[in-house]
Amino acid sequence: MSAHTVSNAGVMLGRSMRHITRSLDTIITVTITPIALMLLFVYVFGGAIQAGTDNYVNYLLPGILLIAIASGIAYTAYRLYGDLQSGIFERFHSMPIARSAVLWGHVLTSLVSNLISVVVIVLVGLLMGFRTSAGPLAWLAVAGILILFTLALTWLAVIAGLTASSPDGASAFSYPLIFLPFISSAFVPTDTMPAPVEWFAQHQPVTSIANTIRALFAEQPVGDDIWVALAWLVGILVVAYAFAMAAYHRKIA
Amino acid sequence: MLDLGLLLTLYPPMNRGAMNTPEPAIRISGLQKSYKDLHVLKGVDFDVARGSIFALLGSNGAGKTTVVRILSTLLKADAGTAAVNGFDVAAEPGKVRESISLTGQFAAVDPILTGRENLVMIAKLRQVERPKEVADGLLERFGLTEAGGRRVATYSGGMRRRLDIAMSLIGDPPVIFLDEPTTGLDPEARIEVWGIVQNLADNGTTVLLTTQYLDEAEKLADRIAILHQGVIIVNGTLAELRALLPSATVEYVERQPSLEEVFLALVGDKTPNGKQDKEERS
Ligand SMILES: Nc1ncnc2c1ncn2[C@@H]1O[C@H](COP(=O)(O)OP(=O)(O)OP(=O)(O)O)[C@@H](O)[C@H]1O
Ligand SMILES: [Mg+2]
Repeated sequence: MSAHTVSNAGVMLGRSMRHITRSLDTIITVTITPIALMLLFVYVFGGAIQAGTDNYVNYLLPGILLIAIASGIAYTAYRLYGDLQSGIFERFHSMPIARSAVLWGHVLTSLVSNLISVVVIVLVGLLMGFRTSAGPLAWLAVAGILILFTLALTWLAVIAGLTASSPDGASAFSYPLIFLPFISSAFVPTDTMPAPVEWFAQHQPVTSIANTIRALFAEQPVGDDIWVALAWLVGILVVAYAFAMAAYHRKIA
Repeated sequence: MLDLGLLLTLYPPMNRGAMNTPEPAIRISGLQKSYKDLHVLKGVDFDVARGSIFALLGSNGAGKTTVVRILSTLLKADAGTAAVNGFDVAAEPGKVRESISLTGQFAAVDPILTGRENLVMIAKLRQVERPKEVADGLLERFGLTEAGGRRVATYSGGMRRRLDIAMSLIGDPPVIFLDEPTTGLDPEARIEVWGIVQNLADNGTTVLLTTQYLDEAEKLADRIAILHQGVIIVNGTLAELRALLPSATVEYVERQPSLEEVFLALVGDKTPNGKQDKEERS
């Protein structure tokens, strides 16, 4: 990326970060809702859940982070759709700027805003008794996985934002993504589930990702989970990026 | 090294206006565009001289916006060529974008930002020096100083339109496209916009505008072209267009045909209220 592109993308980032800070709805959905979910599961259901960790927050936190990101990226689709509708997308494309900065502005905004909500949720988790012995390397690995997860889902959101025909359509694609953690090891271990559900839970991406993050926090061996998780993440990222670029080029053709 | 262009500028023929510099700001030839089965442009040709105001007229759906979008590098033509400021839109789109500014048919502003933030954003993207001062100057010039700190979502249609045009002036591009710049404006705001457009042309900017208001073309344009059924059916000065119709002398009251009459006669629309259906869109 040239200096010009970086400067343009910086302006775009500033613009959509303003969109977020000026929308109470966004802040509530991406931060408050996951925190409420965490409170609910820890203080209402948690006593009855046998998760096999001495402290249920430790078990739950990775899944809550994944849910927060899955609901956060829906807004990327929504904002991108809004840009197309308002004509500002075309205005940018008729200007002497790096065209790629228009999409990258949205992607960067998604990264930055999701990382902020992740940090807030981890801090609340700490207040609720989340403890980890993870060293810097494990933290770095967790951050890397969460960034990869955010990027993969953000490019999915870009496809939705570019191709949607209504604002609801732009964000509706994220509902299954938000639902996926519930049918995974994010809230309860999968071995208590009926066989077909367990099979699904074992073979969908959230389980391996949540297990990997949990193992990293607990300083336990990550086993095969990390490779399965990385394969899913990189796979989704590459495919989503390719489809997003195809949708983008159809849009500006 | 002497080229023809230089010779022409050194020795302008007496009967030519100063506006006729050798290379036009916009040159379109044989331009074609279809949307699936709909053949919208069937070979459009016209030139726009530097520093002039050129009005493109046409009924709803004639393809005016399509021409503007091709010139702004937002859409690719199927055939024919278009060059802006000497750069081919297909071969050197980057150079074209450096030469132009587009005010699209519908105000393209960011409703969540304030008016000032919208202007500063465009100034920063264009890497203009002192973006804040540029923004304040434009707010002042467009009568938006007081509203500048408010979110654009709270603006009236006319205020949005003025902000939209103000955003297009940042960076002083040599060629400006205005797609129906005064649709939805009240008469005063229209006259204000006319003043701005005239001022741009006086300072050497080339303006291509599309409009539904024939009086607007009559008032502003150095040349007027009518796009009808995919081709330019006439292209000339107001006087030339008037000469196309039998003069008004057959009437008892001597008067010249208005541009509207010329337009309707050429387009073959017999209803005097042909432009009435425009209203529903604003
Ligand atoms: N993206 C598109 N896909 C399909 N058809 C299109 C598309 N854009 C424009 N058209 C059609 O092409 C024709 C020309 O449209 P265009 O917007 O260029 O007309 P216009 O002269 O600007 O009209 P108006 O005065 O209503 O703004 C119309 O019939 C329109 O429906
Ligand atoms: Mg139009």
